[in-house]
This record gives sequence, C-alpha cells and structure tokens, in this order.
Amino acid sequence: MLGRIRERENMIPGKFAYAKPSSVAEATAMLKEDADEVYVLAGGQSIISMMKLRQSAPRRLIDLNGIDELRAIEVGADEISIGAMATQHQVINDAKLAEACPLLAEAAAQIADPQVRYRGTIGGNAANGDQANDMPAVMQALDAEYVLASADGERSVKARDFYEGGLETERAENEILVRIKIPRPAAGHGWAYVKQKRKTGDYATAAVAVLLRKDGGGFADVALGLTNVADVPVCATEAAELLKGPGDAEAAAAKAAELADPPEMDPRGPAEFRRHLVAVLAKEAIAAAAARAK
Amino acid sequence: MSEAPAPAAERRKGLQGIGASRKRVEDARFIQGKGRYVDDIKLPGMLFGDFVRSPYAHAKIKSIDISAATAIEGVVTVITAKELAAHSLDWMPTLAGDKQAVLAGDKVLFQGQEVAFVVAADRYAAADGVAAVKVEYEDLPPVIDPFKAMDEGAPVLREDIKDQTEGAHGKRDHHNHIFNWQFGDSDATEKALADSEIVVEEMISYQRVHPCPLETCGCVASYDKVNGKMTVYGTFQAPHAVRTVASLISPLAEHDIRIVSPDIGGGFGNKVGVYPGYICAIAVTFLTGIPVKWIEDRTENLMATAFARDYHMKGRIGATKDGRITSLACHTIADHGAFDACADPTKWPAGFFNICTGSYDIPAAHVSVDGVYTNKAPGGVAYRCSFRVTEASYFIERMVDILARRLDMDPAELRRKNFIKKEQFPYTSAMGWEYDSGDYHTALDKALDAVGYAKLREEQKENRAAFDRGETRSLLGVGVAFFTEIVGAGPIKNCDILGLGMFDSCEIRIHPTGSAIARLGTISQGQGHSTTFAQILATEIGLPASSITVEEGDTDTAPYGLGTYGSRSTPVAGAAAAMAGRKIRAKAQMIAAHLLEVHDDDLEWDVDGFVVKGDSSKRKTMAEIAFAAYNNVPPNMEPGLEAVSYYDPPNMTYPFGAYICVADVNVDTGVTTVRRFYALDDCGTRINPMVIEGQVHGGLTESLAIAMGQEIAYDADGNVTGGSLIDYYLPTAVETPAWETDYTETPSNHHPIGAKGVGESPNVGGVSAFSNAVNDALAHLGVVHAQMPHDHWRVWQAARQAKK
Ligand SMILES: Cc1cc2nc3c(=O)[nH]c(=O)nc-3n(C[C@H](O)[C@H](O)[C@H](O)COP(=O)(O)OP(=O)(O)OC[C@H]3O[C@@H](n4cnc5c(N)ncnc54)[C@H](O)[C@@H]3O)c2cc1C
Repeated sequence: MLGRIRERENMIPGKFAYAKPSSVAEATAMLKEDADEVYVLAGGQSIISMMKLRQSAPRRLIDLNGIDELRAIEVGADEISIGAMATQHQVINDAKLAEACPLLAEAAAQIADPQVRYRGTIGGNAANGDQANDMPAVMQALDAEYVLASADGERSVKARDFYEGGLETERAENEILVRIKIPRPAAGHGWAYVKQKRKTGDYATAAVAVLLRKDGGGFADVALGLTNVADVPVCATEAAELLKGPGDAEAAAAKAAELADPPEMDPRGPAEFRRHLVAVLAKEAIAAAAARAK
Repeated sequence: MSEAPAPAAERRKGLQGIGASRKRVEDARFIQGKGRYVDDIKLPGMLFGDFVRSPYAHAKIKSIDISAATAIEGVVTVITAKELAAHSLDWMPTLAGDKQAVLAGDKVLFQGQEVAFVVAADRYAAADGVAAVKVEYEDLPPVIDPFKAMDEGAPVLREDIKDQTEGAHGKRDHHNHIFNWQFGDSDATEKALADSEIVVEEMISYQRVHPCPLETCGCVASYDKVNGKMTVYGTFQAPHAVRTVASLISPLAEHDIRIVSPDIGGGFGNKVGVYPGYICAIAVTFLTGIPVKWIEDRTENLMATAFARDYHMKGRIGATKDGRITSLACHTIADHGAFDACADPTKWPAGFFNICTGSYDIPAAHVSVDGVYTNKAPGGVAYRCSFRVTEASYFIERMVDILARRLDMDPAELRRKNFIKKEQFPYTSAMGWEYDSGDYHTALDKALDAVGYAKLREEQKENRAAFDRGETRSLLGVGVAFFTEIVGAGPIKNCDILGLGMFDSCEIRIHPTGSAIARLGTISQGQGHSTTFAQILATEIGLPASSITVEEGDTDTAPYGLGTYGSRSTPVAGAAAAMAGRKIRAKAQMIAAHLLEVHDDDLEWDVDGFVVKGDSSKRKTMAEIAFAAYNNVPPNMEPGLEAVSYYDPPNMTYPFGAYICVADVNVDTGVTTVRRFYALDDCGTRINPMVIEGQVHGGLTESLAIAMGQEIAYDADGNVTGGSLIDYYLPTAVETPAWETDYTETPSNHHPIGAKGVGESPNVGGVSAFSNAVNDALAHLGVVHAQMPHDHWRVWQAARQAKK
C-alpha cells in the first residue's frame, strides 16, 4: 500500500446547524437532547479551520459566545479560576493574573498571532485536545483542574488526566468545559515558557513549561510540561524529580528529552531534532525560571 | 504669448516624472479594500466549478462514479476526461511544447492532479459534490527522486509519449527524459578544468518552492451564445498570449475572445501558465452559455498550480592558486514534474540558466541540463526572477564562496579579482550573452564599506575563538553575494513564446485638455505600473504623471504584448512607452512650430513644452499643443495626438547588485537570526526610488522565505508533506529583518531611458546572500555546503553532522 491517502482538503465546510444559548444550563440542555456530532463553538480558531478542511463535520454548532458568565477570571488567595470563554488576549492582559501566575500570560502570548488570540479562548485551547496547543502542557505543569458541566451537574478532571491523544479527551460529548481551576503557585515562585516555532502563527516545534520554587539552596514544587513533542501533552514528572532538592538541570533536561516521543519525521524536522530541542529549551526554561524565583 | 514660465526645476518637479518618489496611485484603492480581483467578479447566474483531485502520486483510474455527486441539490454537472475528449479538450498544450492532461484520463501522475470538475450553483454545493464523487484507483509505483527518473526499469510515467524519442527540445534518452540542453564549449571547458591548479566540485540543490501569491489562481469564463463572444476574467500575467492560445486550441476566432486581467494579487510567475481550471471553466460556459467561476483554494494553489526551481546543479569550478577563475561546468538535473509546463521562452527549455557565469569574467564555461519527469506537480516557473536566473545566480554564488574557502581567500576578494571590469562593458560572456553595462567593483566596494566588512571579519575571528572555548553556541556568518540578472525578454530574434515574439507595446492618446491615457501590453500584479509608466511618459511628453491614466490587462483595448514576468515590463513595455512618447513629442513639435510660426528645427524641448531656440519667451506647453491638435494643426497634418509603439528590444538588460547578510546561527536550536541585511541595487536609470525600495523590500522578504524555509516537500510515496500555510513558510513582519537599501546607477546602453528592471533582483541576489551567510557561519565546523532551506532542523543537522 502506497502510504496515506490524502483526500482532497477543502476550504469549504459542509452544512451544519447553529444555536447560540445564553446560559450554561441552556447549552447543557441542548447537549442532553442531542450530542452526537454536536460541537460547541468557542473562539472558532481551531474548529472552523477543521471544518473548512472537512476534518471535522459537526451537524450542529452550539456557540458559547453568548454566555457571559464563562468569561470571568478570578484570582483568590489559594485558587485561580479562569472561565473557559476567557480569551487568550484577556489572559495576557489581566493584571491580577499576571501577578499571581505569570506563566499563563507568558505562554498565552506565544500562541499564534494577535488576531487569533483576540478570539481564541483558554478553554477552547485546553479542551481542543490537540497536543500542538500550548495550554495543555502549561495546565499540566500548573496541575490545573478542568470543571466540566453537563445537564446532570459538574465534575472535575485533572489536566494531567485529561488528554488521550488524537484529539480525544476525558470530556464526554454532552459536557462543556466551564472553568479551569488552578492552585495558586507560591509567592516568589519561578516560571518560564520557552517555545521554538518556525514563524509567527505556527505551533511549537517544541516548547517547555517550567514552574518551580526556591527551597534552601535547591528547588521544590517543580513541574515541567512539554508541548507538541508527543501525541499528547507531556507532563514530565520524572524530569521534574531530577530538579528537586539540589537538582541537576542538565539531567532534568536530558530526562525531559527522553520523555518526548515526536513523530519520526514531519515538516518540523526529524524526531531526533525535536528531542534534542526539548533538552535545549528545557535547560533555557529552567535557567529562566530559577533566575525569576525569589 | 504665454506668461513667463516657472523655473525648469520647478516645472520638472511638478511633472513627477522619471526620478520622482511619486506615491503609488494604486494604493488608494487597495488599502481601502476597493481593489477588484477575479473573485470579486459576479455575473448573473454564475456557476462555480471545483475539482476532484487525485490523492495518489501515480495510479490507474479504474472508474469514476459521479452519481452521488449529481444527486446533490445544486450540483449541475460533473465532467471528466471523457466529456472533454468529445470536444478534444482533454489535453492542452503547455508553454514548453509538451501537453498536459486537463482532466486525468487513464491515470493520475501527481497528488492533487485534476480528475473531475464539479459544477454547481454555489461553492458549497460544488464542494459537497467534490466530496461525493467516487474514484477507484489502482496505485502504481511512483518516481519521486529526480535522480532515479532515468534509471533502467524506472516506471513509465507518460504512457502517452513513451515511444517518442524526439521531444519538443530534441532527443529523449529515456521514457522519463524530457530534454537535454547544452550551452557553451564543452571541450574548451574540460581542457581548462584539466589545466586548472584547483578544481572544486559541489552539488548545489535548489529545492522545489512555490510562488504562493496571496491571491490564488482563478477565472470567470462567460460565453455569450447569441453574439458568439467569449469573455474570460482571470489571474493572467500574459492576457494576450492567453487569448491567442485559446483561439488556437478552440473553434473560437481570436476576435471573439476577450481576456481581462483585473487587479491581480501577486503573481510571481505562478500566473503565467495555463491551468486545467481555466480550460474547464471555458469548456462549460461554451457548452452551456452560463458563466462559470473557478477559484483555487490555498492548498490547491500550493499542490497543483506551478511550482518553481527543483534544480539540482552539479558544478565544477576551476581556478589558479591565486584565485583567477579559469572555467565553470555545470550539469543539472531539472525536476519538471509530470508534464513539462515550464514557462520559458520557447527556444530556452532551461530558460537563461546559461547566465550562470554570473558577474565574473570566466573564459571557458559549459552547462548541460537534463529535464526529467517525476510524479510531482508540473511547473518550473520563474518565481520572481527571469527564467532560471535565480537558479543560475545561486549556483555561481555558492560555487564562488566554496572556491574561496578552498583557496583560503576572502570571498569578497575572490569576487573582486574575477569581476568583469567596468571597461569591458558591453561584455560578451563565454555563453554568448552581451552584458549591456556594469560597474561591479564600485558596487561591491560601496557595500563592503557600508557594512564595515573588515571589522565584521575581525569580529567573526573572535566569535569563532569564543565558540571553540565553549563560551557561545552561536556562530557569526557574513554572506556576500553579487548578482547579475538577465531580464527584459526579449529580442524577437531569440525570444518567443509559442511563436509570439516577446516584444511589448504602448499606445498613447492625448486628450484635448492635456491629459492622456496610455495602454500597454503588460499587466501589473502589484508592481505599480500605473504609477511608474505614467512617470516615464511625464518626462517624455511633458504632461504631469497625475494627468496620465495607465490601463492594462483588457485584450479588447490594450495593444498586443507578452505580459509581465521576468522583469520585462520596464525593459520592454517601458521602452515602448518612451518610444511612443517620443512619437507624440515629434508630432507635438510640428504643431508647436505651426503655432509659433517657426520652422520645426528652430524649436527645442524644455521640460513641458517647446521653446524657440534662443528666445525662451516664445513657447508652447504640451497642454496648449494638445488642444491645438484638435483644432489647429499644420496644413496636411491629420488632427489628433496619438501614438503607438511596438518595441522589439535590441538586447536584454543586466541589472546587478551587491548584497550582504550578517547573521548569527545558533547550532543548538538551528535558529538563524539576521542581524543586518544590506542590499545595493543597480537597475540603471531609477524611475521611482520609492517604488524601487518597495520592490526590493518585497523581493528580499521572498528571498528570506526561500532561503530559510520554503519547500514543497514530497515523501517517498509522493504525498505533499506540507500543503498549507502552517507548513509553507511565509514570513510575517516579525520574522523579517529591517532592510537597508542602497544603489548605484549605471544606465543600460540600449534602453531608451537607460532603465533595466528591478522587481526581481532582490529575490535573485537575496537567496544567495542568506545561504552564503548560513554557510559562512557553519564553515567554522567544516561544513562545505549546507543545502537550503536553512530551516531550524536542517541547520542543526548540518552543524551536528559536520562535528562528527
Ligand atoms: C493561524 C493559527 C495559529 C495558531 N497557533 C496556535 C499556537 O501556536 N498555539 C496554540 O495553542 N494554539 C494555536 N492556535 C489555535 C488557537 O489557540 C485556538 O484558539 C485554540 O486552539 C482553540 O480555542 P478556540 O476558543 O478558538 O476554540 P474553538 O476553535 O472554538 O474550539 C476548539 C475545540 O474545542 C472545543 N471546545 C471549545 N471550547 C469548549 C468548551 N468550553 N467546552 C468543551 N469543548 C470546547 C470545540 O468544540 C472544538 O472542538 C492557532 C490557530 C490559528 C488559526
């Protein structure tokens, strides 16, 4: 058999129905009625492209842009809550968030370009289930929890348990991601999101999120997340372990590279390069986070 | 008597003629979204066509089932090769003397090839129809690697011509061979190489890229069954040639065909060719009398309409130990894809690739190019360059750099040593080209001074030492490139396309109140012709540029011309404009003499009119003369003031330039950061410095894209691995460095105003400068030649492999 068959990629979506509820209850009720090939529409910056390419063919779109309650960002003493429909632009520019958890803005600002970020949402980025998105690895590093709502109520799933690969996630068809809850990182923590891409508007060739706290001469509360170097976001716990205590940044970076599992070859380069790059970027991110930690 | 005129300088300024940085008149409509592109054209009842395309690189078509598609509401018809064959339209001639399947009949030869044309009431129904057509294929082994195309036992790609031993360009040695084209003196070159103290050999590959204009290709075809007229609005870089070809391959007489190129959103060679979409749209409207629109989407544009380059150039360059180049030989494997649809002048199957001796006085040279068929999209257009000139320029500029390293000589010094000298112009190269004018030493010296070249080399020494001490992972690269283009095709004696001589034309009509319309055979795709051609005329006929409308692109009104590509507009149509202007001026002189009651010879030109020699108070402005042309001409003279010129240029023009790129290459990340890019262009007489600067900025940005990332890549099965703008590298303002532009001005010795063309220079020179910079950086690790594109992973890989 001669390789993959590439069906004609179109730029014209097929037919679909459209609804715009004004509350979560209304939206979940719609999904209870019929969730088969029904997609919610957030910023549309992923789903609409997929529809144009006919890689995704929803029968119906439920537009969440009429639900204002989903846009709130709240920064508490112990917990941060970000409404799923908060735009990436909003996250970049929220002063309280910048103070409590600057990693989010640093990562969000490296998504795509200003136009995309103005429409694209944090929830859409996290719920999309694409390993190329930047938020999943960041949310895993932050140990975030995704609050999912359905007509039957709410439940939470950890970002670290959410992604299954190939655009599959723990979210059920009839559920909506309503909020992301993040434990507020300790005051004085260090952070960095280092991303290498080919050009503005491109997804990462590789990216590394680092979160840590100074503890005596070494580091504690270390977390590392890797973007677009496997078919799921990678929560590099084993690498993080190597950085704890007196820590060995070199070994942690090497471990992170080992945990990456990129495709053998794609237009961003061979697997060897992507893995190597994870180590290079991890070292840079660790150094940056350490320098920022107080 | 006229009142005393303003000083000449002031009047000259008022004309906004040659040399003025006049603002582009086109921009007002473009920046307000008021351009009118093909897709803006909506005709009553218009249908939409869309293609079913092959998912395979090479496969037999066993069956095509259109029933599900035609059952979709809104789908009007689906045509396949069978329907076209009934009208002898299943194949079309290419510009290169080959033929191309309009719709695939028995088999498909590249991924994305057109298989069926779905016609529907709107775009959505057409797309649904495309998805519903069922095609059964039987896959065949593909030929992807051009070096294996001519292997014994390689699969036969073109069944239709497999037994033909003669092609459009001579003998074919293999069923996948298109042509062998040679130029220069092989014996003399071999002897000179054998006698050389040093010979350097290298394979220089120029990857397959795509011009990727922002507007994709498309057309709206409309046949009026009552009066028998066919009108086609399309993204055509050569509307008249399209009309003639359409007439030759159809029952329509040429006067019944009207081709209109409206605003065009960039062409860069992509819109020179004739594509199946045009033929299908024309065929359907011809049969139905209903207008049909076809517009490619981005993926189709990248995968199916003409690519550029894919030249693999094996070079040998010979020199004396002290750096005097004695000889140059090149054998090229040219991957033309499944059909030879290159857009070159007919007698030049490898374009002007034999300009590859570049800016150097090389006594012996020889090139040989073998064109081969592969299972890839057809094309081979000149992407922002004259025919195969970027390839030639990249080849020689890399070879010279590689030679410099072998000689342990500074690459700038080696260039200076071998440049054609100012006093040698007009200079005839070993390949027989007559270079019109040049002053290379002055240009390069100015460039080297501007960037502080000597200091940069000092800094590079320190950087390399620091790298060796492990203090940095970044290497400094200084890329010096010097180019000579050959543009302005061209003299009818050696340039034609399908028998149409490559002259161009201008027709001017002066209105009674002193304004004018000029029509030309060219067509702007962003070059700013309406601005700059009006400036040429302003200087020639003394009416303000703002009073001159420039119109192009409608074959019913414009004089015949061969269109815009290969930087030919200014060298050829610009010359025609000047010559037509001079005819106007000659008649105007007789009218002025009549009005002033003196002899013609007693008048002289004075910026915007004629004055009596020795008495400048006696004068007639062009505006006055224009009015007189309609009511008071000399006895026996026809009224009116019009002129037309068809200009057959005596020679090509040879713009040149010196470009220097300073870049830092990180060997860990593979990221190249351009610190500085300096571009000195000499395009002869400068018509509009601001337009030149804009063209240079655009061309440099495209050269950055090509050198650093653009590639239409295929996997081993012939799948295009990156057919969208996520993968295909179009840099944004963020990736684009600040360009420093500069110039010298060495007029052409034969062009009426001394101009040479500039729109493509930056692409020709820029690619070499970027590549030389990256290679110069990596040279410290022992890399001799890293192939383009210099994207992150390839740079990393080159550095890593060199260290091994
Ligand atoms: C040119 C371009 C470049 C890009 N580059 C990057 C990049 O570098 N990094 C990056 O991370 N992203 C990038 N993106 C994607 C962008 O960030 C999207 O905004 C994001 O992936 C999806 O968010 P959205 O709000 O647009 O969601 P949509 O596109 O509306 O939805 C995406 C998917 O998530 C589902 N979904 C959305 N919200 C919810 C919800 N609340 N509950 C349940 N399901 C939901 C939808 O049903 C859909 O399946 C790029 C996009 C473009 C167009």
